[in-house]
Amino acid sequence: MSLSVISFLVENKPGVLFNISNNIRRKNFNIHSITAIAGEGEDTTRITITSRGDPKEIDKLVEQMNKMVDIIIVKRLDPLRTIQRDMALVKLHTADPMAQEEALEIINKYKGLILDIKPDTVIAQITGSVNEVNDFTKEVTHIGIIEAARTGITAIEKGWVTLKEP
Amino acid sequence: MTEMTGSKAYIKTLEQEGITHIFGITGAALIPICDALLDSKIRYVPGVHEQGSAHMADGYARASGKPGIVQVTSGPGATNIVTGVATAQLDSSPLVAFTGQVPMSMVGTDAFQEVDIIGVTASITKWNHQVRDPARIPWAVKAGLHIANTGRKGAVVIDLPKNITQETAEMDFDVEIDFSGYKPRITPSPSELDWAAKLLAEAEKPVIVAGGGIVSSGAGKELTELAEILMAPTATSLMGKGSIASNHPLSLGLCGMHGREEANYMVPDADVLFVAGSRFSDRTTGSLAGFAPNARVIHMDIDKSEIDKNVDSVTRIWGDAKHSLIGLIDRVKTIKRSQNGDWTKKIQEFKRSYQEPNDNSDITGPAVIRAIRNALPSNAIVTTDVGQHQMLAAIHYDVYEPCTFLTSGGLGTMGWGVPAAIGAKAALPDRKVLSICGDGGFHMTENNLSTAVDDDFPIIVVLLNNRMLGMVAQWQRLFMNGRYAAVQRNYSVDYTELVKDYGAHGVRIESMKQLNTELTRAVGADYTTVIEVPMDPEENVYPMIPPGMGLKDILTED
Repeated sequence: MSLSVISFLVENKPGVLFNISNNIRRKNFNIHSITAIAGEGEDTTRITITSRGDPKEIDKLVEQMNKMVDIIIVKRLDPLRTIQRDMALVKLHTADPMAQEEALEIINKYKGLILDIKPDTVIAQITGSVNEVNDFTKEVTHIGIIEAARTGITAIEKGWVTLKEP
Repeated sequence: MTEMTGSKAYIKTLEQEGITHIFGITGAALIPICDALLDSKIRYVPGVHEQGSAHMADGYARASGKPGIVQVTSGPGATNIVTGVATAQLDSSPLVAFTGQVPMSMVGTDAFQEVDIIGVTASITKWNHQVRDPARIPWAVKAGLHIANTGRKGAVVIDLPKNITQETAEMDFDVEIDFSGYKPRITPSPSELDWAAKLLAEAEKPVIVAGGGIVSSGAGKELTELAEILMAPTATSLMGKGSIASNHPLSLGLCGMHGREEANYMVPDADVLFVAGSRFSDRTTGSLAGFAPNARVIHMDIDKSEIDKNVDSVTRIWGDAKHSLIGLIDRVKTIKRSQNGDWTKKIQEFKRSYQEPNDNSDITGPAVIRAIRNALPSNAIVTTDVGQHQMLAAIHYDVYEPCTFLTSGGLGTMGWGVPAAIGAKAALPDRKVLSICGDGGFHMTENNLSTAVDDDFPIIVVLLNNRMLGMVAQWQRLFMNGRYAAVQRNYSVDYTELVKDYGAHGVRIESMKQLNTELTRAVGADYTTVIEVPMDPEENVYPMIPPGMGLKDILTED
């Protein structure tokens, strides 16, 4: 099932994220990724959550959450009109010079940044769509991933459409 | 701006908002608040268990349409109201619960009588909030009352740490309540009303299903007027009972699992079904496939998330019931429906063929309910508990005015009837208030009778005692080959003696004649009476649709 992207603008106060995730749990959806940060002025927080499920059922969940007092705006973003980005920090095992060379090549191919090089490790920053980040991870698996951390998806709609101005 | 303690500000804000009653039980965390309450005109109604106090506040809210206030201490006081809060929330009743809390410096330390009631009640409240600044008390109290009693009404919990109630601050009692994420829609869009009016005008076989939204919005008069213009027979959900008078020629009564036959046969035959303020509960629709297979559904609700949730509608009206109905009436009032059209004739034929038998000689469920109706004034308030007697009342008890039949529909909370009746009596002391109970639910909260007696809220309880958890027993007879499991109650308590110790009058009747006599006496009396009616434990409540079946799959006989 496809990933749906749900964007929120909420009051920046304790318990709001708990209420959102509690509601998602109650309807038996699982959160695939979540990103959240307080906005300028810190009165509001923008949250992006992705979850797998029938888009029609996700829409019902969105309607339920729209009722919550501390949620200012919530909507499921139209996948055709949305830009999504994910970022990964990947630490590779590159003790073998050949492995290091190959790693740098793949990182370059994905327009990644090299954030740290030690004699036997490389840390790469890869930004792109979920698929691009997944593809990168697959390509470097045989070199040896020591550790990887991903931000999860953040997303924004194209053109003049915004969360506040649908 | 005035400087005062949080406790005084709390009481002052409640007074300013017109609150006259607080139900609850005190405790260590509430000492400052209860001290401030001594200097107030607000009447404090002490309970015997917090669950009962919450149900009292809920009954008060449902009878009066004003928010009901329950105030309990931290920890166990707070957890004891969970059932009451969920009951109110599921039936969209404006209940505001104030919970004491340990001082902020001890929150999160597992202090004595500390519980995270905000976390506990997150999924059973419309909104909850812990006040962390004494200066915010007026705002929190006003916000809680506002959210509970506007839009789709519901339950709110406000948590008050003890130090916040003790500290002093500059209080602003004119603080504005403005949530950018909470703007309930009252007036529906004109185009929605136009569409719905067009469909209703074209309908040949219109049927209305009215729900709790009609009762809660006080739109019974408008609903009846619309039904009359459209000549549309009107069924109700359990919560919608009272939205049209039971003796109105277009009233079909309850539809759903224990709906009346005329309702359950006519709803699926509609070509346009207007569902007004009802959320299509599974108990109202039966199997969705058989609910209204050929109907174009118009769904009117104040809560947008209910529209198209269980049943897809052709068009919606999103807004408050009263405003929406006034708009609809304005658009359809020129329609002249014949009093003798095919549909109208069918309604009358149907209604005639399902006239109730008037055999009231034996003690049966329907006869007891009819006797209660006959004994009570038309504006009396009846509360029920949950189970067989509740469905008997839903089917057979005639209601003439909205807000006079109160029942726990969504959560189905046994033990609700007696305390809710006390709350209703507190709200409307001039009305007669009677609670119809079964022995199972009565025994859960009968201790609240001591509040009824000691605080002078005289109510009447008719206790249908079949010494069984009767509804479950009925399912076991019908669907489990009669194997009774965990439903028989062979306890030795004598209720008529028990209630005397609370100070109530208790009497057990042995015939319908005696029941009528006792009911007349109780209605004329100004003290609390419990009338115990011995029932046949094998009696089933009919009609019934077996779970998962459609509205027309009605069981009517043993």
